[in-house]
Amino acid sequence: MSVKEATKAAPAPAPTAPEPPRPAQGRRAWDEAPRWQIYLPLGIYLVFTLIPFYWILLFALRPAGSTSLVPWPITFDHFEKVWTERSFGTYFANSVLVGVATLVMTTLVALAGGYALARFDFKIKRAFMLALLCSQFVPGALLLVPLFEIFAELQMINSLGSVILAETVFQLPLSMILISNFIKNVPYSLEEAAWVDGCNRMTAFRIVVLPLLRPGLIAVGSFAFVHSWNHFLFALMFLNNQDKQTIPVGLNTLMSADSVDLGALAAGGIIAAVPVVLVFAFIQKWLITGFSAGAVKG
Amino acid sequence: MAQAAAVAKPPAPPRRRRASATPRRLPYLLITPAALLMLGFIAYPVISVFYYSLQNYNPTKPWRNGYAGFDNFVHAFTEDPVFWDSLVFSAKWVFVEVGLQLLFGLALALIVNQTFVGRGLGRAMVFSPWAVSGVLTSAIWVLLYNSQTGITRYLADIGIGSYGTSWLSDTSTVFPAAIVADLWRGVPFFAILILADLQSVSKDLYEAAEVDGASRIKQFWHITLPHLKDAIILSTLLRAVWEFNNVDLLYTLTGGGPAGETTTLPLYIANTSVDAHNFGYASALTTVAFVILLFCSLVYLRLSKFGGESK
Repeated sequence: MSVKEATKAAPAPAPTAPEPPRPAQGRRAWDEAPRWQIYLPLGIYLVFTLIPFYWILLFALRPAGSTSLVPWPITFDHFEKVWTERSFGTYFANSVLVGVATLVMTTLVALAGGYALARFDFKIKRAFMLALLCSQFVPGALLLVPLFEIFAELQMINSLGSVILAETVFQLPLSMILISNFIKNVPYSLEEAAWVDGCNRMTAFRIVVLPLLRPGLIAVGSFAFVHSWNHFLFALMFLNNQDKQTIPVGLNTLMSADSVDLGALAAGGIIAAVPVVLVFAFIQKWLITGFSAGAVKG
Repeated sequence: MAQAAAVAKPPAPPRRRRASATPRRLPYLLITPAALLMLGFIAYPVISVFYYSLQNYNPTKPWRNGYAGFDNFVHAFTEDPVFWDSLVFSAKWVFVEVGLQLLFGLALALIVNQTFVGRGLGRAMVFSPWAVSGVLTSAIWVLLYNSQTGITRYLADIGIGSYGTSWLSDTSTVFPAAIVADLWRGVPFFAILILADLQSVSKDLYEAAEVDGASRIKQFWHITLPHLKDAIILSTLLRAVWEFNNVDLLYTLTGGGPAGETTTLPLYIANTSVDAHNFGYASALTTVAFVILLFCSLVYLRLSKFGGESK
């Protein structure tokens, strides 16, 4: 069926039978475009999306010096090399630590703050909300110098704690806004009912609200993880020792070396990509519903 | 909200006691961790950037340090061509990048919002670059653009471009090359946000429109687009701010080169502070960037009448 048919079919029944507003037989649903209008552009876009992924896989798996477009024979030498010689094993462990710690801290702090914003009216609420919005305009990269001085003062230079703190702080505003919107979507009466049944606020929150927040929390938490996993400048600036570095800094080192080892770079890139792609594939569904509940209806 | 609830409900004594026992202090207690973190690590640094912008401050040249008044600003606006170039490039970068991302993101969201076979997998695949950001995007595109073994070589085989040229080191190709690399991961972001909002359009509207004989293009124009308006305005603003501020991609992809061709203002600031240790001047540039960003955002929100009469 084509567009023309689909649209022409619609007005036909209207003049003859005005009262049944929607004749159900054989009509195309509103969200069903002609097949080629879906598959053609999607296919083109998919090629654009996947070629870079293929390219990095190609470089990582084929032997050095090969120009074949198919990674054959497959070799894992590049992975072995970056993992041990280029200390990606250490970087990986550091990145996991930073990512998970940022995830936990962001979620907990934002959950507390988000609950306050969603359920209470208090004096500085408007000012606080304004501060959250304004902080979105503060460029993290531009605050490197003062942040460096603060962490130097706190004796936290060269400790992963500095990066975890900085990442958490820059994730907080958006996470808090999202979580407070998720909580607003949970009817207050549910909580009140739990109080009547004898729960205190904390218990009521834990057994009534928290389970309903799960998709939203997954969205916010994974966002925090992915961001801190990928972010580069804080780690570059606050961590000097090689054994404290994270994966993006390791990748940058591979790129800025005098003669770039493309195989190693590709293997390092794949090591960097795998966790986020996995997290992302897993939470993709919640992410979309999470955003539609939290971000847009605010 | 707590007050409203208390007034609206006939207060059963035990519940009222319980509910009002803590709330007065509770919200403040709950926002304390977030507020402290933000005061310490955002507000205080912002203020110190303003302070340093009026200082000569360079740890490697301590004998020159001290109050400088507006010298840093005067220098930037009157004597520093790199500042103006980076400002112009920033504007160009954000405008082109965000515009294209919005266009492609909207199209992509409309496509994957349809029902079709393999939709879940299709969505996961086209959205996946969103997770891959900054440095990794650079790493991937460095491989693709490599002059010896990159895709350029194979394109030259079929007559596009020439052998042995790296698109990242040629001033005439570096801009589109960097734009394409950033589009690769930027479009999915837009598509996800827009798709999220698309899901909440009531299907009744389309059915009614179809009964009235509205074409699909008209339905898009009169139902979909107005519904998406706020989401588009907000995601465009967020993305523009983010694209302006983000240093990761260009820092690692081009390093601002060749010949300063791809130096954004934030990249220039990062170079000034990290490499040249000229913290006072970098702070002044930061202040300028912050004011520009704030001003543009306010103008944008005013012009787009965000959250106006539409809801």
